[in-house]
Order: sequence, then C-alpha cells, then structure tokens
Amino acid sequence: MTADQDLSDEIVATVRQWVERDVIPNASEFEHADEFPEAMFEQMCEFGLFGATIGIEYGGLGLDITTYARLIEELARGWMSLAGILNTHKIGATMIERYGTDEQRQRYLPQMVDGSFRAAFSLSEPDAGSDTRALRCKAVPDGDEYIINGTKMWVTNGVRAKLVMLLARTPDDRITCFLVEKEPGPSHGGISVSRTIPKLGYKGVETVEMSYVDHRVPAAAVLGGDEGLGQGLGYALSALELGRINIAARAVGVGQAAFEAAMRYAQERETFGQPIIGHQAIAFKLSEMATKLQAARLMTYDAARRYDSGERADMEAGMAKLFASEAAFEIATDAMRIHGGNGYTQEYPVERYFRDTPLMIIGEGTSEIQKMVIARKLLERYPAT
Amino acid sequence: MNVVVCVKQIPDPADPGELDPETKTLKRDSKLILDESDSYGVEMALQLVDAAGEGEVTLVSMAPNNEVGGLRTALAMGAASAVLVSDEALAGTDALGTAKVLAAAIGRTSPDLVLAATESSDGYTGTVPAQVAELLGLPSVTFAKEIAVDGGGVHVKRQTEDGYDSVECPMPCLVSVTAGVVEPRYPSFKGIMAAKSKPVDEVTVADLGIDAGSVGWAGGGQEIVGIEPAPARESGEVIEDEGDAHERIVAFLDELKVL
Ligand SMILES: Cc1cc2nc3c(=O)[nH]c(=O)nc-3n(C[C@H](O)[C@H](O)[C@H](O)COP(=O)(O)OP(=O)(O)OC[C@H]3O[C@@H](n4cnc5c(N)ncnc54)[C@H](O)[C@@H]3O)c2cc1C
Ligand SMILES: Cc1cc2nc3c(=O)[nH]c(=O)nc-3n(C[C@H](O)[C@H](O)[C@H](O)COP(=O)(O)OP(=O)(O)OC[C@H]3O[C@@H](n4cnc5c(N)ncnc54)[C@H](O)[C@@H]3O)c2cc1C
Repeated sequence: MTADQDLSDEIVATVRQWVERDVIPNASEFEHADEFPEAMFEQMCEFGLFGATIGIEYGGLGLDITTYARLIEELARGWMSLAGILNTHKIGATMIERYGTDEQRQRYLPQMVDGSFRAAFSLSEPDAGSDTRALRCKAVPDGDEYIINGTKMWVTNGVRAKLVMLLARTPDDRITCFLVEKEPGPSHGGISVSRTIPKLGYKGVETVEMSYVDHRVPAAAVLGGDEGLGQGLGYALSALELGRINIAARAVGVGQAAFEAAMRYAQERETFGQPIIGHQAIAFKLSEMATKLQAARLMTYDAARRYDSGERADMEAGMAKLFASEAAFEIATDAMRIHGGNGYTQEYPVERYFRDTPLMIIGEGTSEIQKMVIARKLLERYPAT
Repeated sequence: MNVVVCVKQIPDPADPGELDPETKTLKRDSKLILDESDSYGVEMALQLVDAAGEGEVTLVSMAPNNEVGGLRTALAMGAASAVLVSDEALAGTDALGTAKVLAAAIGRTSPDLVLAATESSDGYTGTVPAQVAELLGLPSVTFAKEIAVDGGGVHVKRQTEDGYDSVECPMPCLVSVTAGVVEPRYPSFKGIMAAKSKPVDEVTVADLGIDAGSVGWAGGGQEIVGIEPAPARESGEVIEDEGDAHERIVAFLDELKVL
C-alpha cells in the first residue's frame, strides 16, 4: 500500500521533530551508559511505530515501506539503537503477516501494534551466521509439542521480547520457524539468557546469547502450520530481504548525522587563519561524503519504491544495503577525521557514529553475502543464451 | 465539558520571516504552521476534557489563504473539529479586529471554557485573549501555569514575577496559558491520519455577521508607520584573563546591579 505523500511527509516530520528535541540531545548519554531508553521507547509506542507497517485489519497503520524507510532514517539520525529496538519486531510481524496461519495472525498481530508485545528474531548461532544452513538448534516432536534444545547467538531484543521467531532444525533435517512465546526477563521455562554480549556500539538495546534446554512449545507454534514445516529458512530469508531496505535506511540516517556534524565542525574550527572547510582537502572530503550520502539515499528509496509498487526489489535491496552501509562507515570515518582530536573524544557524537556504522556492514548479511546475493540475482536476470 | 482553543497559524519560525515593505507586515504567503505557543492550550484542553470524561475540543483560527496546516497538527493531537475564518477582507486586520473575528466564531458555539496562549510567537502583542473575553462578556484569567476544573469553575495558578496567585473563576470563562502549563504531546500516526477527515468549518466574515469595514485595513485602529530591521547585536566584551578576570567580571555584574 502506498500512503499519500502529504500524510507520509507529516508522519516523517513529526518523528523528525521528536528526534531533534528529545533524542539527539540525550542519545550519547544513554549510549555511553548502555542504558535502555525507556522514555524514548514509550514515545515510539505512542507514535504507533511498532504497528506502522502491520495491516489495518489487525489494528496497524498499513504504512508503505518507503514511509517506513524514511522513519528508520530519522530514528537512526538520532540514535541507531532506536531503529534496532524496532527492527526485529518488524521482521517478526512481517513473517507472521506473510506466512502465518489465519489463527496465528489473529493471535499475534493485534497484540503487536502497540509495542507491548514485541518480537525478537533468532536465526544466528555461534557456528551459523552467514552460513545459515549450518544451524544446529534442534526441535524434536513429542506428542503435540516440540522439544527445543540448542544455543542461539546475537538475539537482539532477546530479553525484553515476548515472542521469539526461532529457527530450528527438525529430525527430518529441515529448518522450521517456531513462534516461541516467553515472558520478558533472563529466563522462561527451558529458555535462559546465558550471556549479554558486550558490543562496540549499538548500545542501549540488548543483544544476547540464549540457551534452550528441553524447552517445550506446542505444535501450533510452527509458523505457517503444517505447511510451514521445513519452510523456516525461506521465510526468514525473504523477510530479511525487506530487512535490507531497513538496514540501508539506517545507514543513510547515521550517515546523515555524521555528515551534518562534519559540516558544522568544518565551518567552526579554524586553522591557519581560516575555517577548515576553506582548505580544499577538507572541502573535497565533504563533497565526497555528501555525494555518497545522496547516492545511498536514492538507492534506498528506489528499492523501497520498487517494493511498494510490487516490482522485484530483491537485487536492488541488496545493492542499497551494500552501498549504503559501506558509505555510512566511510562517511563516519571521514567525519571523525574532520573533527581532529575532538573526533576521538566522547564529547562529540561522531565517535558514536564511528562505532555504530560497522554494524550495518555485518548485520542481516555482510557485504560479502550481499555481493553473493547480487551476483545470484544478476545471473537470474542475465541468463546465458 | 466543551473547550474552544484559539490557535494561531504562523510562518515557520525556522525559516527566517520576511516583512512586506508595502504592507509593513509579516509575509504570510508561505505554508503556515501551528504556533508552538498554542500547542500548550491544545494539550491543556485535551487533558481537561479527558479528565471531565465528556465533551470535545474545538479549535478556532483566523488565517489567510484557507490555511489549515497548523489546524491539522492540532487536530492530530486530538481536537475534534475546527472553525477557520479566512477571508480576503481580513488582510491587514489588527489585534482588535482579530479579537472581533475570533469572538464571533467562538460565540457560535457555547463552550464552557476558552483557552488561548498568553502571546503569539509572531505578533506577540499579547492583547487578543483579553479582548476576546471582553467581546464575549466572559471573565478572563491570564498567565495560567496550572488549570484544574471542578464544579462549575476553574482553579488557576496564575504566574507572577515572584510566585503565583491562586485564582478561582466561574465558567464559562477564558483562560490564557503560559508555555509549560502542560507538556504538549506529539501527534500519533493514527492521530495524523484521523486528522485528515476531521471537520474544518471554513467561514467568511459575512458568515459571522461581521461588517467587512470593521476589520482588515479599513477597520484598523492602528497604523504601522515604518519598519526597520532589528539592529545587529553588538558583540559583547571579551575579558581575557590576566589574573584579574574574576574581579573585572564582578565589577561588570555590579554595574548591571545583578549582584
Ligand atoms: C550487534 C549484532 C546484532 C545482531 N542481531 C541479530 C539478531 O537479532 N538475530 C540474528 O539472527 N542475528 C543477529 N546478528 C547476527 C548477524 O546477522 C551475523 O553476525 C552476520 O550474519 C554475520 O555472521 P557471523 O557473525 O557468523 O560471521 P561469519 O559468517 O563467520 O563471517 C565472517 C566473515 O567471513 C565472511 N564470509 C562468510 N562466508 C563467506 C563467503 N561464502 N564468501 C566470502 N566471505 C564470506 C563474512 O562476510 C565475514 O566477513 C547480530 C549481529 C550483531 C553483531
Ligand atoms: C497591520 C496588521 C496587519 C495584519 N494583517 C493580517 C493579515 O493579512 N492576515 C491575517 O490573518 N492576520 C493579519 N494580522 C493579524 C495578526 O497577525 C494577528 O493575528 C493579530 O494582530 C493578533 O496579534 P498577536 O499575534 O499579537 O496576538 P496575541 O495577542 O499575541 O495572541 C495571543 C493569543 O491569541 C490567540 N490568537 C491571536 N491571533 C489569532 C488568530 N489569528 N487566530 C486564532 N487565535 C489567535 C492565540 O491563542 C494567541 O497565542 C495583521 C495585524 C496587523 C497589526
């Protein structure tokens, strides 16, 4: 669905205003303390961000992906972690809306619109990241239940989530997605948070290791019901395709913040009798940063627009993710260099951008994996004759 | 309880405003937005109606070119409907003329309470609310920093230079609020969507039964004889510390009689 432009602009402008007033002045403090931003989270719930793309029939807003990407960009311009609080939830909701049974959609989606019932997405394991097919977490049927055993890595929002989209292997050696309900907190039934992973950036939102020991879920927890058996990886990878537009938008947001900081600083800081932007080496750096940012933004919007209009966007989403994440990292690095010694301190926000941007290169498929995806799509689109 | 909030739609203060040398007034041909000063009145009204458990918030605005941008923001916050007075005959209307128009528009409903801001962000004469109250024959309380309603009246904490006055006033009445009376909410996405279909009653001077000659340039009781750009601020004195900086700062503050 495509919302009308005015409405989309107004929604984005409202979030932007909030980010400028309430997020930007406070983000670094929460980030340095690695503290969950409770008040910011509540405002995100009040806006309706958690149900932004969920269908109207489930009480969501049914917003289009282009608007969603612009919202992610605004959030990330303030603080990337806010986009992270939202992201796994959005992946979960998309998977349920697309692949869930009627009953699963009716059960979960209406609860998921207001942010009180949030989802985590749990595919990665200690020995299965890029190589998703290597995952080992086991789900063994037992009567009308499944018994789950295994260790999952990198579960963002794992503690606070009430629903985990869990990818596990059944005895027939196929991968299935389970809707695992839990209470927020360090443990629930056979599930326990074995470790909170200390990170370079992306702080304030938890990323954890979760262990499952003989944890039982009902057979009805299989996403998509009987038809969903063995389809888990396909479901997850297809939701991640949308996730790539989202990561690209995040990169554009952090890139924008870093560029703006550099632009400001270059006009304030004087050396050799003039603002440093007067030195061509600095001015050219800024020109390149702005150009990369513009390209990243246009690629992201283009992928989103294609997705919204029902065109194929798989390759374009991968390209946008690849380009925007690498661009954001370069822009953040240059912004830090333009800040000189100040860029290396916690007194300016560029150190945060510098620590946050590498995640976009790694998460939801590294740059190398994006290139593999793009190459595969290229072969599909340009078959040898 | 029904509350009317006067909301002024103004040029975006983020874009540098421009004065029209012909009319000697602010150019208002760009898109107008909700005056932030009025977002406090809107929030206060929403909270009072919510506490009362019944009633609605209605907005009243006078603005050129059928502008609804600022009204939509206030509707998105939760107001139920709006009355917009827009008419070419209003070009050049001064504060008293504005008050006549607002009073006539408010008079068509019979609210229990009328809220306005203490002063607008662009014109800031701070005279419109009291004039509206006078024209409607309502008591008015100014500078409210807190408002509570019980029985048939309002209890207002009225900001003063060295504290506040507690004032009680029977309803219906008009109260003008200060920034900080409440923290205005951000509109939710649902609110923004719903605002698109909330009613905005667009009326003209004639609809209000106002004689066009009593408003606009014709009705102006004041004339702007000249406009000048504000003088650039002079740079302050920079005190370089040569061991006596503290003494010189103390002497400076002493001179200002702030110590
Ligand atoms: C902060 C954070 C949060 C995360 N949150 C989540 C989450 O919520 N849910 C979730 O499921 N996962 C999450 N992840 C996991 C993330 O998706 C993986 O880390 C990522 O996919 C990379 O996998 P890996 O770490 O195992 O790296 P590896 O797969 O071990 O890759 C190591 C390096 O080898 C390269 N490489 C691998 N295979 C190839 C190949 N075939 N050809 C060329 N190069 C190759 C990679 O590009 C990379 O440079 C998160 C990760 C981080 C850091
Ligand atoms: C010479 C001159 C020419 C003008 N030309 C025009 C014109 O062409 N078009 C035009 O629309 N206006 C015009 N105005 C009106 C002007 O912009 C103000 O609306 C009016 O003078 C009120 O003054 P203020 O902003 O100082 O109000 P204040 O007394 O400072 O306002 C206090 C509060 O009263 C309420 N209020 C004030 N004005 C309005 C309003 N318009 N609608 C709703 N609530 C309001 C708000 O709550 C506001 O915060 C003109 C004014 C002058 C003096």
